[in-house]
Amino acid sequence: LAAASDQEDVSAAAGLASGLWTTFVKLVDVPMRRLQALIGQRNMPYMFLLPNLAFFGVFVFLPLAINVWFSVTGGSALFLGQRPYVGSQQYAYLFDCGSYLDPSSCREDRFWRGVQNTLVFTFFQVTMMVLFALVTALVLNMKIRGRGFFRAVYFFPVLLSPVVVALIWKWILQRDGLINAGLTSLGGQKILFFVDPSWAMFWAVFVSIWAHMGFYTLILLAGLQGIPADLYEAAEMDATPAMRVLWRITLPLLWPNLMVVIVLSLIKAVQTFDEVFVLTGGGPGSATLLIVQYIYDTAFANQVQNFGLASAASVVLGVVLFLLTLIQIGLSQRGKTA
Amino acid sequence: MSVVEVLAKTRGGRRLHWTDYAAYAYLAIGVVLMFGPVVWLALSSFKTQAGLLEFPPTLLPMSQKEVVVQGYDKPLPLFRVKLPDGTTKVMGQARRIGLQAQMVDPADPAKRVNVAIDQREPVREMAFATSNYTEPLRRFDFLRYLGNSVFVTIVATIITLLINSMAAFALSIYEFPGRNAAMVTIIGTLMIPITVILVPVYLVVTSLGLINSLWAVILPGAATPTGVFLLRQYMMTLPRDLIEAARMDKASEWQIYARIVLPLSLPALAVLAIFSVMWRWNEFLWPLAVLTKSESYTLQIGLNSFQGELQVQWHYLLAMTMLTLLPVSLVFVFLQRFITTGIANTGMK
Repeated sequence: LAAASDQEDVSAAAGLASGLWTTFVKLVDVPMRRLQALIGQRNMPYMFLLPNLAFFGVFVFLPLAINVWFSVTGGSALFLGQRPYVGSQQYAYLFDCGSYLDPSSCREDRFWRGVQNTLVFTFFQVTMMVLFALVTALVLNMKIRGRGFFRAVYFFPVLLSPVVVALIWKWILQRDGLINAGLTSLGGQKILFFVDPSWAMFWAVFVSIWAHMGFYTLILLAGLQGIPADLYEAAEMDATPAMRVLWRITLPLLWPNLMVVIVLSLIKAVQTFDEVFVLTGGGPGSATLLIVQYIYDTAFANQVQNFGLASAASVVLGVVLFLLTLIQIGLSQRGKTA
Repeated sequence: MSVVEVLAKTRGGRRLHWTDYAAYAYLAIGVVLMFGPVVWLALSSFKTQAGLLEFPPTLLPMSQKEVVVQGYDKPLPLFRVKLPDGTTKVMGQARRIGLQAQMVDPADPAKRVNVAIDQREPVREMAFATSNYTEPLRRFDFLRYLGNSVFVTIVATIITLLINSMAAFALSIYEFPGRNAAMVTIIGTLMIPITVILVPVYLVVTSLGLINSLWAVILPGAATPTGVFLLRQYMMTLPRDLIEAARMDKASEWQIYARIVLPLSLPALAVLAIFSVMWRWNEFLWPLAVLTKSESYTLQIGLNSFQGELQVQWHYLLAMTMLTLLPVSLVFVFLQRFITTGIANTGMK
């Protein structure tokens, strides 16, 4: 009975929605017909494109130009007219370093710590995540029972918000948390994970992998299932050892997907902010400060809002992402033609 | 057939190889690792403040039983006491002085016994501290954050579906000069994520007078390259003769879009709608930059500010985290297959 009334509710809601939509379509049709009579049917596609392109213009392309302008002006004013032109001063400030390998020798040492941390974070996050995603996809591709269930379990964290993910792990990793309970029951000592710089970075990488691995597993699994079954049947007829099948059939054919996954996860990892910001706040000190948090802090969270410096840093980040995206497009094009 | 036999038979019906055992072991560890933390959050969110401070933590939410005893204002915590004569008895604790505790027999309130504190053990029962959920609703603006998040998610998704489907319609149904240029422009915006243009978008939104308004969260991400691409791929497969027939019947181009193409594209629209809901519900960096007044916080921003303010109030924080997680989990339970195939087909998240 309850189910039946639920269904009635759903269909009533659907009916209401379609009623509203029909009315909306009728109302909009009047001006749209006028417009079509005025500019002709030929020009109508431009009208359909207009809203989307207007949004992109105002919220993507215009900001892109403003970003460059911000990065060559100084002061703490937000509006462009009140910002004095300073040329390449912001960039010179960012890149003023005794040695690029040693952030503390730089004038803007937090930027370089951010760069260094982002490189470390990205390296470990991408290699470990792709490795585990690959193994998981290979296991899920075996003839096992309950594949749908296991696939769903690995995918579930992908849907959680970064704030929720970070709070779940913060709770587990806190001083009197589950991990420390396990450690002491095994006779160990409690560890203050967020006070030790190396542990903080380790858990930042771990939590980020936990949250995103399911997504890449899913893409790799789709790739694996696209490999023609007769190849495996032929290998079985020849009694080819499993490892040889993996190296000679599975991995070569999965290679295009694998490359896409690597570059895609690189692009995402370089931009990591949310879960690490909530988990560690960039700390202890600046041990887990990533480049996007540096930009956010510099523009919005610091006492003096330095929009120029933040913009210069984001132009640098933008160039890196642009190059990575070109690589990705090149790879996916090659994957299509191959 | 026993459960073990069912599990031991693989899909092909062949015998289990050691690799199958290894696979199941790997997957079992995976289930614990991926799902365990969420279960732990759920269990912890029902513990009392005192229960959360316990170390080592208990698995289930337990709390000490209490008893109302005549002559005492407050309910007394119950202990199982080992009495000097060797018997054990359940008694309430009236007060504790150093290493001694004064115990009262609930059945005989006049009689008090002093025992050493290591001679007594708390009597505990499973208890769900639902006040973790109900109190923050009254004390904090949680309902407002929830409302803001729901508003942002619904309105943004409707706008995204509308304008992206219009663009996809133009790019898939018509041949017109500049079509490829428009396509390249739209796909090109993939290269410019919000992390790169954070400051200038903030300027644009400020100039439009939208700071601290929910529209500042909704508008910048409304047009999405992935959405246009997904819908266009689907619309390209629609039969053209339907559209030609409608034109013969003097339908306007708007009617062709709204009455013919959109209803036929419902499966693709549904996928985009699910993605949009996920994006919006979970969005963090941009709202964090643009929403500075707590009246306009979304759930994610509100939750983040809770954990800043209430460093020690884990009992509220965990319950709020649970409530934030719940809608997405419900969507996942019902639409899991839909979401995973959508992602596998489009490669987007």
